[in-house]
Amino acid sequence: MPNISKSAAIVGVAESDEIGYLDNRKSSLQLQSEAVYNALEDAGLKKDDLDGIFAAGNTLGVAEHMGIRPRFTDGTAVGGSSFVIHAGHALAAIAAGYCEVALVTHGEAGYSRRFNPGRGATRDDSPGAQFETTYGIMGAPVNYSMACARYMHEFGEDRTRQAMAEVAVATRKWAALNPKALIHDPKAQIPLTMSFDDYHNSRWISWPFHLLDCCLVTDAAGAYIITTPERARDLKKPPVWILGAGEGHDHGIMSQMPSLTSLVARDTGPKAFEMAGVTHKDFDLAMIYDSFTYTVLLTLESLGFCGRGESADFVKDQKTAPGGSFPMNTSGGGLSYTHPGMYGMFLIIEAVRQLRGECGDRQIHDCKLTFCHGTGGELSSGGTVVLARD
Amino acid sequence: MTQQTNVPKPIPVPSHESSFYWDKCKQQELWVRKCNECDRTYFYPRDLCPNCFSRNTEWIKCSGRGILHTFGIVARPPHRGWAEDVPYVVCMVDLEEGCRMPSNLVNVEIDLSNPGKSIWVGMDVQVVWDQRGDDMVIPMFSPS
Repeated sequence: MPNISKSAAIVGVAESDEIGYLDNRKSSLQLQSEAVYNALEDAGLKKDDLDGIFAAGNTLGVAEHMGIRPRFTDGTAVGGSSFVIHAGHALAAIAAGYCEVALVTHGEAGYSRRFNPGRGATRDDSPGAQFETTYGIMGAPVNYSMACARYMHEFGEDRTRQAMAEVAVATRKWAALNPKALIHDPKAQIPLTMSFDDYHNSRWISWPFHLLDCCLVTDAAGAYIITTPERARDLKKPPVWILGAGEGHDHGIMSQMPSLTSLVARDTGPKAFEMAGVTHKDFDLAMIYDSFTYTVLLTLESLGFCGRGESADFVKDQKTAPGGSFPMNTSGGGLSYTHPGMYGMFLIIEAVRQLRGECGDRQIHDCKLTFCHGTGGELSSGGTVVLARD
Repeated sequence: MTQQTNVPKPIPVPSHESSFYWDKCKQQELWVRKCNECDRTYFYPRDLCPNCFSRNTEWIKCSGRGILHTFGIVARPPHRGWAEDVPYVVCMVDLEEGCRMPSNLVNVEIDLSNPGKSIWVGMDVQVVWDQRGDDMVIPMFSPS
């Protein structure tokens, strides 16, 4: 297989005009249109330059809404990791010549929808409906909590609990430095800081998850644009190269997860790092999908940053916080920045901004190499991409 | 928001591959699929073995005994049907026959400040039966 590392670059990234609690003012399609407009602006490209589109389902609706008529289309929808996986797909499509300017987009009015569920009676005979929903096993907090409880059993409850607190507290510190984070919206009534006591005292959602183990639910969209090396060098901003990509999934619904304490990241990480020709020590920044604090711990282990059961030691003493030796999720993550339902998109946006040096107070000094790892579904799917500046 | 109480819990809708399973549940019997090729049991029921993809599979009757593989204690209801039930225990059970199934753990004391007092991974559990709607019966688990 040819190594297509660096055959394409990300040249534009953006969120929608507004992200946060929008009280049903904007549809997901409107939010996405704004994000795409802003990403094109960021890149110095026009909509008609776009000839490839990548979205998680509803690719027809999204493209139609914006009047995009692609010659390459990809609707891969495997949960919140999809938009990390799309980067690898766009890299391959561009390297093969199927398209030249690829748009990856995602948006959801996730917060607004909570108050307008509109779900009618269904006759759903899917395995998930029959064998999990029947028991009130539904939604990510419930599903993921069972995986976390198993982890606690295998590796110790107290040390796992402390590690989860470390992640929640560290991530909030980063969000305090990102003006776009939800915690800066007074309406959200989320404190700018989080103490360890705040974490431990927050209410239970699904044991072992406290409220502060769980990501936000916001209205938000994002987009990014990928193109060929030739075109990338002529655009407004410096290119961010895609050096490596890996993807996979090993189950769909929670009860089918082969091991509750190991993610498919164990395969996607090494593949992406090898393709990029980099090792764990080389990264200046880690962007890891933090749907829950536990997701981060499991991802660090599965990617090989530490051994199984060792993430508690790895994240201790605020190692991932501002000033720590392993900066992670500098946007404030899904836990404290934004999370519209599926979040992978926003890992890429922050990674690109860090590599360009656009992050103001939260900027990592001389950030040259980073990776994003998205986890989707019920800990089902994973995608890793390695990104670098020139 | 309108206060809607008494929203029923969803009633499972059998598929072609699972109707035998649900029919046996009505007789308070737990049956799972077993592959005659690779000799493994599996859950949820489907005709082809998810391990070796053989069509040579059959139904076997379970003892109803198992051990708790993991659990969670749901404090915020994810569906209105459980609004009156929180906190309740979701779980996965490793059945004696070798496969793992999701369910609820019932007949246990629930103390969110110290769950381990009454519920722990590895505890022995036994199937019990719960009526759902007019004509469905749901396997749940109880400490044995």
